[in-house]
Amino acid sequence: CVGINLRYRFHVSLLCKLVSCFGDRAGQFFSSGHTNNWAVLVCTSRFWFNYRHVANTLSVYRSVKRLGIPDSHIVLMLADDMACNHRNPKPATVFSHKNMELNVYGDDVEVDYRGYEVTVENFLRILTGRLPPSTPRSKRLLSDDRSNILIYLTGHGGNGFLKFQDSEEISNVELADAFEQMWQKRRYNELLFIIDTCQGASMYERFYSPNLMALASSQVGEDSLSHQPDLAIGVHLMDRYTFYLLEFLEDIHPASKTNMNDLFKVCPKSQCVSTPGHRTDLFLRDPGSVLITDFFGSVRKVELTMETINLTDPIDAESGELQKEMHTYADQLPVSEIIHQKPKQKDWHPPDGFILGLWTLILLVFFQTYGVKHLKHIF
Amino acid sequence: MATTEVERRRGQLAALSIAAVVIIVGVPLWWRTTETYRAWLPVSQIKELAKLQLHLSADVEVVFARGTVTPEQQKKVPLTQTQNMEHRVDGDSFNAILTPMRLSNSASVEADLSLHTLSESPSGSLVVYVIPESSSLLPQNVDVYIGQRRTALLRIGSQMRVGKTLEQLLAHMEPRIKQVLHVMSFSHTDITAALSNRVRISPGNKESIADSMRAFKSSPGYEITFSLLNPDPKSHRLHWDIEGAVETYIQPLLTKLSPVANFSIDSQTLYYAMLGVNPRFDSSRSTYTLNADSLAHVINPVEARLGSNAASSNPVLNFLLYIPDAHHSPLYIHDHKKQQVPTNAFHSPRWGGIMVYNVNEFYEVDTVFPVDINIDMAKVMGVFLAQLRLLLGVQSSTPPPGFLVAPCGNAGLADWELDRLMWSRSVENIATATTTITSLAQLLDQIGNIVINDNIAQQVSSAVTSLQLAVSELEAGNLGFALQYSKEAILSSERAFFDPSLLHLLYFPDDQKFAIYIPLFLPMCVPILLSLLKIVSEARQKHREKKPKKD
Repeated sequence: CVGINLRYRFHVSLLCKLVSCFGDRAGQFFSSGHTNNWAVLVCTSRFWFNYRHVANTLSVYRSVKRLGIPDSHIVLMLADDMACNHRNPKPATVFSHKNMELNVYGDDVEVDYRGYEVTVENFLRILTGRLPPSTPRSKRLLSDDRSNILIYLTGHGGNGFLKFQDSEEISNVELADAFEQMWQKRRYNELLFIIDTCQGASMYERFYSPNLMALASSQVGEDSLSHQPDLAIGVHLMDRYTFYLLEFLEDIHPASKTNMNDLFKVCPKSQCVSTPGHRTDLFLRDPGSVLITDFFGSVRKVELTMETINLTDPIDAESGELQKEMHTYADQLPVSEIIHQKPKQKDWHPPDGFILGLWTLILLVFFQTYGVKHLKHIF
Repeated sequence: MATTEVERRRGQLAALSIAAVVIIVGVPLWWRTTETYRAWLPVSQIKELAKLQLHLSADVEVVFARGTVTPEQQKKVPLTQTQNMEHRVDGDSFNAILTPMRLSNSASVEADLSLHTLSESPSGSLVVYVIPESSSLLPQNVDVYIGQRRTALLRIGSQMRVGKTLEQLLAHMEPRIKQVLHVMSFSHTDITAALSNRVRISPGNKESIADSMRAFKSSPGYEITFSLLNPDPKSHRLHWDIEGAVETYIQPLLTKLSPVANFSIDSQTLYYAMLGVNPRFDSSRSTYTLNADSLAHVINPVEARLGSNAASSNPVLNFLLYIPDAHHSPLYIHDHKKQQVPTNAFHSPRWGGIMVYNVNEFYEVDTVFPVDINIDMAKVMGVFLAQLRLLLGVQSSTPPPGFLVAPCGNAGLADWELDRLMWSRSVENIATATTTITSLAQLLDQIGNIVINDNIAQQVSSAVTSLQLAVSELEAGNLGFALQYSKEAILSSERAFFDPSLLHLLYFPDDQKFAIYIPLFLPMCVPILLSLLKIVSEARQKHREKKPKKD
């Protein structure tokens, strides 16, 4: 018989640049194309009187965990430890409501970056993925192009910057550049950015990457105010915006269908005193079709497995017994030897009289040079 | 007076020499000490790569069995043929290319079903055997049979035979052969899906979106974790020979996939791990049921307890085997039509799979608890293997009508399925690496303050070289080499992009730059400038005085 060789050439060209490709699609309507959720929650201020910022972050952490995002997908950065602070009258707790109603610290909190590890550099490294190779998995943001990410920042801020640890700042330009680098490497599908600081709206002014939605607690020129002090603890417990945000989120459960338009209405001016703002022009989908659980929860898509493979080989039983390793404690030093151990040889010092003799010599030389008559003034 | 003149000259010389030192020595010194070290990057080659044009060529050998071609046609053999395929990806059109092909004369082959085990074709190529219409090898309604290796049997149709030259015969068979190629090697949708991170697929094509969302993205390594969930250790004492099962059933698949990625496997047993959902009791069948809508909420409570390997950043595939507790046995999963799912398993895209294994038939009502139960690993691994294939992107869509696909056999993977995966992975890797390198070059261009070390430049150069090699190997049809080069390109480009030294922390707005330099340079420059101006104005005055004197 005969044989013929056909070579088929499949010619593909990728002429379009990324940005223009995406721009053409701007008007189209996608259903949320995400398969996993991540959250990066950052508190940037330290010291006891900034208790409310830690409580803000922990209350968002609590909501996000309750709605299903596991600890392995949450990067929690707290700049100071309030629960074990010396000034905390109720150690191991962080309260968000006065009269100590709700302890947001709980008993299974997992803080990934604590204390002085919360810096602008580490925050940008997490976002862009440029961490040293020794960083463990729990400290990385391992998102892909199908991840929806929630980023929450709180602390003290100003027009165009956010203060970290009372010593450095992150500017809105740097943040926008970091998000652009995330977009270039397709590290997110959609990103929700929430910031609760003074003049928070200035931080999202400079964003220019697609698929970003931003919320802030106050406009430029306004201060975000704190909610209520607790007289027993002695500090303000929460900020207003996050307090009402937490109240809103407590009503959300994993199967609820509330959408983003309701989130924009949280904390109107009458309750918050400042005017919360939001930005959705870079977001492709209509906010009314975006569910809260798209960002705050982790609802998995599930498919039923319809096929199975018929396996007929029997299992190989000769893989051998497991090698059992016997572990024993190493012999400790016997007690008698510990008790009667001689002290270690110390370093040699000159005999004690030497220093005294040296000073006497110096004094004698002085008085010989300048006259003995001064001696009587000293002794 | 002479002394004032001398002094003035001295003053002028001093001012001039200071100005000279500042301009000739100071300014270049300041420039050199404040510039950042930037190693050279092959920017022009990167721009070239960005206009990437991929040629994918698959060798198809068509072997006509006895009785399919007339003797006149037979004389024409060997024959070369080329085919054009024009495809549009996201609005760009591109042409196909004709390539002359050599044809070989092969010996007559026995028309035997064991045909497909004879030839060992290299990776990426196909052999299509054309058999006569009346042949009894294939059942009546089946025209094409796709074997486990890289072969297919094609039944020649009646309209293809009558009195034509060989070229016309081939032209008539072309659509059929193209269909075979689409199923076994690559098709337009496959390539578009592989490029999905550069090009957003239009929402109309739902199936391809679902496929691209389900399979894990290309990664140099994966971790697979098998977990046994026992919520009721008081009733069930479970034994599963996971090591033997993995060795016998899963390892052959992973060994076959080793050119594509590295895999590491581990397993664990979790006690008192409940599902987050309460199953409902179905009195008509006296079983407990989980319906499809509640499955989405099962995964999250369990995931928190699963754990993962802290050392690597590879994606993790989790496979969970859940044995229902004695009070909720037997537990079946129902689909949307309230029918029992035969495998009793479900999977989540880019995460893993869960299977529910019922053990209530192992004991009667009055047995002594806890009961020793040996789990049937063949059944369990059959389901997990199917889910693994889906999650790795091996599974192909339903074939066109008239096609019969052979089952994939004990390795769990047919050769042509591996080829399919390799094609789409190569394209995906090349596209991703190109995007990474291009955006890195753009980023480094935009931000002038970032230091580019030598090692980054080296990684970028090696990535560019690997990409160029991968593209040329794809064009030549050497699939194995193309995949290898594309993997090297991905590794180098990721290492270059994610290098920790590339962090641009310092943003200096212009007003800050002025605020820093003015107090340093202004006090020094103002006297120099003023004295220079004074020198110039005096020289001009002298020149004007001299002129009338001359006259």
